[in-house]
Amino acid sequence: MKKMFEKPRSMTCARTHYCSGCGHGLIHRIICEVIDELDIAGRVVAVAPVGCAVLAYDYWDFDTTEAAHGRTPAVATGIKRVLPDNVVFTYQGDGDLAAIGTAEIIHAANRGENISVIFVNNGVYGMTGGQMAPTTLLGQTTATSQFTRRADKEGFPIKILEMMKVLPGAVYLERTSVHSPKEVAKTKSAIMKSFNTQLGKKGFSMVEIISPCPTYWGMTPLESMERIEKEVIKVYPLGSVKDTLPQMSSSRTRGSIKPRNTICDRSPRSRG
Amino acid sequence: MKKRYLCTGNEACGEGAIRAACRFYAGYPITPQNELTAYMSRRMEEENGTFIQAESELAAINMVFGASVARARAMTSSSSPGISLKQEGISYLAGCRLPAVIINIMRGGPGLGNIAPSQSDYFQATKGGGHGDYRIIVLAPANVQEMFDFTFEAFDLADKYRIPVMILADGILGQMMEPLEFDENIKPKKIIDKPWALTGAKNRSAKSIRSLWLKPGSLEKLNEELQKTYKGISEKETRYEEYPTKDADVVIVSYGAVSRIARVCANDLRKEGIKAGIFRPISLWPFPYKEIRRIAGRGTKFLVVEMSAGQMVEDVRLAVQDDSRVDFLGRMGGGIPEEKAIIERIKKMTVIS
Ligand SMILES: Cc1ncc(C[n+]2csc(CCOP(=O)(O)OP(=O)(O)O)c2C)c(N)n1
Ligand code: SF4
Ligand SMILES: [Mg+2]
Repeated sequence: MKKMFEKPRSMTCARTHYCSGCGHGLIHRIICEVIDELDIAGRVVAVAPVGCAVLAYDYWDFDTTEAAHGRTPAVATGIKRVLPDNVVFTYQGDGDLAAIGTAEIIHAANRGENISVIFVNNGVYGMTGGQMAPTTLLGQTTATSQFTRRADKEGFPIKILEMMKVLPGAVYLERTSVHSPKEVAKTKSAIMKSFNTQLGKKGFSMVEIISPCPTYWGMTPLESMERIEKEVIKVYPLGSVKDTLPQMSSSRTRGSIKPRNTICDRSPRSRG
Repeated sequence: MKKRYLCTGNEACGEGAIRAACRFYAGYPITPQNELTAYMSRRMEEENGTFIQAESELAAINMVFGASVARARAMTSSSSPGISLKQEGISYLAGCRLPAVIINIMRGGPGLGNIAPSQSDYFQATKGGGHGDYRIIVLAPANVQEMFDFTFEAFDLADKYRIPVMILADGILGQMMEPLEFDENIKPKKIIDKPWALTGAKNRSAKSIRSLWLKPGSLEKLNEELQKTYKGISEKETRYEEYPTKDADVVIVSYGAVSRIARVCANDLRKEGIKAGIFRPISLWPFPYKEIRRIAGRGTKFLVVEMSAGQMVEDVRLAVQDDSRVDFLGRMGGGIPEEKAIIERIKKMTVIS
């Protein structure tokens, strides 16, 4: 019988701590699929954020470091400058990237650091209990916008990609989502393209992914996906925001590498 | 072959780092350490290293964090306000057990203060600075030669113990020019293997670097390991200089540029028949408690002189306990203790009443 689906090799067998319906686990898997397909797990050094994805290194079977909240792109800069032939990416939430780490992301992009940034926009601070993020939609209730987010008091949802578009150092910027299989596939292509941008030494690229946080949106996983479709992507339009790259072939495609035998008999790394 | 140069302390730090095989520097301009950042922008280029003028001190220290994760010898430098911003990063370096070298060319504070020399960051440097139970090695040079020597050695110490090392100097030492001498072929002792570094999990299992330990007891275990390392450092790396203290009735305790003033005072006092000595802690952490206590045991009095409101004096009192008298003389906000004032104070302390 032909195997249709399996866990990516570069994912460990650890059970994630994510809530059901959370986008983080899904996005982890997409990243790992891309890494497997490009066959670069041995070259990756990832930078995990402070946020719900802080334990990403338990789920990824490639080298990963922690970074202080928001300093993720600065840490990635240090790594990439020392290891220019490795593949370095940051994985950041919207608090990490669009609030506390705004300076770091803008300047990493402006220097044209040859790194990939995976920006998970779920519109709230998941890890700390669902507070308002800079990305929170107007009218949205959160733990710290209990009378909803109002433009005159709490400002507007921030569109980081559109802000970064004017930076010559950023060569590829795309916004995707994970609310439908079609969008998941597009997210995968975008991450693939971002990694290929880096492999081709073309410069800074970033993929913003609209992701559900059912827990702090106060919805079921299904309702969360519907909310993305009906509300969130109206404010954060999907698609390429900037692409100055010459058309690239999407490098290796699925199935071009031999699957290794077993995956889950490898016990998850114990990290005390 | 030994060669002689005339340069500023800031440049001496920079060259010391280059000679120690440091090939990664990130910094942000601030007086009185600007010569160092400028020097590194030239030297890193010449040596095929990386120089980054970061967007802030926060970014600079975290770039150093990243470079250290990737096993490079990495350094950043700043002056007091910028070092305050680096404290978050230093705490993470300590928690992740990453080596790094940080230069603080202290200026007057608090706040923006001024750009005059000061020693008012002693507490911040030696007592932790950032959050959490951690220490960093703090070395205090007193001349341009030591700015080179200590920076050079700091990288070995950092790698050996997997700990951040700070060179704590003041604006005088950063900006004054003095002769500097070193062997053209000087090389770091031995570049230590860093099996913990992240360079890609090729032909080995994946690794992570982290300071987050959520499992009950696991963070306490990390802290116990850290404390064990700190204890070892205290036993092996405590450094100081004393000049004549054996027969001294009063010992002036001071570090950095102030220790040079103290030395002049001790010499002058001896000419007048007053038995003064100096004690100069070189490692501010680990602090030479035992050595000071040994002197206190003889009933010797102490005068602690600092360019601060009195910070190191607390450690001296901790060492002396109630065995002997400890006086303090300090200048703040960029003031420099004057010989005359020190000599007068010692004369008062030695009058038999
Ligand atoms: C300096 C600092 N400030 C605050 C925090 C607390 N904190 C942890 S995660 C987080 C926000 C996380 O939100 P986001 O980046 O959107 O990630 P998510 O959990 O939503 O994926 C905050 C404020 C911290 N760890 N460090
Ligand atoms: S709080 Fe939200 S972002 Fe965090 S794990 Fe749960 S669903 Fe995911
Ligand atoms: Mg978030």
